[in-house]
Amino acid sequence: MSSEQSQSGPQTLYDKIWAAHDVGQRVDGNSLLYIDLQLLHEVTSPQAFEGLQLAERPLWRVDANLATPDHNVPTAGRELGFAGITDEIALEQVTTLDKNCKAFGVQQFEILDPRQGIVHVVGPEQGATMPGMTVVCGDSHTSTHGAFAALAQGIGTSEVEHVMATQCLVQNKAKNFEVNVTGTLAAGVTAKDLVLAIIGRLGTAGATGHTIEYRGDAIRSLSMEGRMTLCNMSIEAGARAGLVAVDDTTINYIHGRPFAPKGELWNQAENYWRTLVSDEGAVFDASITIDASTIAPQVSWGTSPEMVAGIDQAVPDPTKMSDAVQAESTELALKYMDLQAGQKITDIAVSRVFIGSCTNARIEDLRAAAAQIRGGKIADNVTEALVVPGSGLVKAQAEAEGLADQFTAAGFEWRAAGCSMCLGMNPDQLGEGEHCASTSNRNFEGRQGYGGRTHLVSPAMAAAAAINGRFVDVRENG
Amino acid sequence: MDAFVQLDGLVAPLDRANVDTDQIIPKQYLKSIKRTGFGDYLFDAWRFLDQGTLGMTPNERQINREFSLNLPEYQGAAILIARDNFGCGSSREHAVWALKEFGFRAVIAPSFADIFFGNCFKNGVLPITLPADVVSSLFERVAAGLTLSIDLRTHTVTDGDQSYDFEIDPALKEKMLNGMDDIDLTLAEADLIRDFETGHRQRQPWLFRD
Repeated sequence: MSSEQSQSGPQTLYDKIWAAHDVGQRVDGNSLLYIDLQLLHEVTSPQAFEGLQLAERPLWRVDANLATPDHNVPTAGRELGFAGITDEIALEQVTTLDKNCKAFGVQQFEILDPRQGIVHVVGPEQGATMPGMTVVCGDSHTSTHGAFAALAQGIGTSEVEHVMATQCLVQNKAKNFEVNVTGTLAAGVTAKDLVLAIIGRLGTAGATGHTIEYRGDAIRSLSMEGRMTLCNMSIEAGARAGLVAVDDTTINYIHGRPFAPKGELWNQAENYWRTLVSDEGAVFDASITIDASTIAPQVSWGTSPEMVAGIDQAVPDPTKMSDAVQAESTELALKYMDLQAGQKITDIAVSRVFIGSCTNARIEDLRAAAAQIRGGKIADNVTEALVVPGSGLVKAQAEAEGLADQFTAAGFEWRAAGCSMCLGMNPDQLGEGEHCASTSNRNFEGRQGYGGRTHLVSPAMAAAAAINGRFVDVRENG
Repeated sequence: MDAFVQLDGLVAPLDRANVDTDQIIPKQYLKSIKRTGFGDYLFDAWRFLDQGTLGMTPNERQINREFSLNLPEYQGAAILIARDNFGCGSSREHAVWALKEFGFRAVIAPSFADIFFGNCFKNGVLPITLPADVVSSLFERVAAGLTLSIDLRTHTVTDGDQSYDFEIDPALKEKMLNGMDDIDLTLAEADLIRDFETGHRQRQPWLFRD
């Protein structure tokens, strides 16, 4: 089917974006989807650039690429630039990105540029992510950009090279999954808690093969930051992409940003963007409804993001599980995490805290975290609490608002932008056996450091854990 | 890309659900700018008892003798069996590169994560989805030295007298059988892409910065 053809019947938002980018089929029957924006970082792009060079292929569209180093960059000593990277292998990767961007003419926010940061924070912040776009990046959290009604997907390095060379992705259309969230989140309960609760309900493979659209009153009430947090973790439910339809919140966020259209082009774009909602009566292949008011602040206790519980709950008991594989997974997770079945979540002590990542390192996240400090200090048993803003611009704004001073006065470390301890490719890592309250997205074994034990939480919950040395219910802090 | 047509191989078990790509190849090895050199670090935190870094060889490491892939009966295995949602998490293609370099050309599981599944097809590694009860029966017999015969042309896995069909997208199958370069195949449609692009630019001019 070509993009010219209109589909009969009501369409979902995903159907509309897909149809608007459907190039057609190759001779072997595989479908081509046109890609509007490719975000690049240092870890998954070098092999792709090398492939292009070896085959002497140019970039199909230079202006459809935007790069920044984020995974490997140190968060301390940033003013030193490349010289601040003490790991020689990491340095080679970051300088290789720099060389490749210069050789191919790709716009890059370099290591010392104030606009540098985590790709998934930088794209929206610059207005480079726009509604109705197709966005790819060699990073599974590309789903973040779905908050703007952009079809945004993580891809492998071969696909990165393919998009570089052809501006297309070889892909079959996914199914439509509706996550309908009714009601209102309680005070102190955030988009992070909502998405963790959704993953807990769906399981880490619950939406495999689907694109999720988050719908309902609770979603409409979320800020763009909250919607980005929500869409960011779609991949943790197995969905390659998550979407939120366009409304005033979306339009207002984009207006005036550096990459956003201006003047008459803006009006034209806005008119189109307003159509990016699922039609009345559109059919979804799967659907769940969640009442937002029932959700408590969430804390993950295991080694998969589906292993979550409310702050008022306890660690589950594998001997009471009917599914053998689930019981086995739970047992392995409790052993790795050194937790006991039945242990109260509020009895879990933490020695490290990480506030950052593409999930939760935007200005709203830092405000929510700082609001938990209330003149307190980090607990004696907390040896390090890191705050890593998502971009240089978020960092500057937080400093201007006085948040950075509040953090440092309480004993938190205030760092420069990057992925940092979300995956510990840079020097920010957990030690063996350490429990960490982390605002990141994955609690996999060893993810934040060899033998480290990650508990996924919201920024407010992480900051409260830093002050108390264990998990506490932020709803009780008023 | 290497083609995949037919494979007779020894099977090794990894009896876990939701094996994520952070386990298949941990982050410290992603700093390489090459596509090769990852096989030694496959399932690193499970195969070894010490913490490894890029450049270390298995000889320098403390082997976890209890981990399935280190057991003598599974040496030389070309087929891995695992549980549901294999390859979830990070999009790192390094996971497939590591599996392939270690010697695996096929992975059999009841289900796979989407990005990992796609990455396999870019590298000539065949992910095969079989029903959970069939996979369980393979796990029950794997210790006795199970060999399977996989034929992509007929999409069957043959286990002695038993044969199982697996589903595969016809277009993906075609690509895998021929081992054709994906970019060449797409660039053969360059006119189609250019035509689309011209219309797309007219419809949404704000998407073009040049």
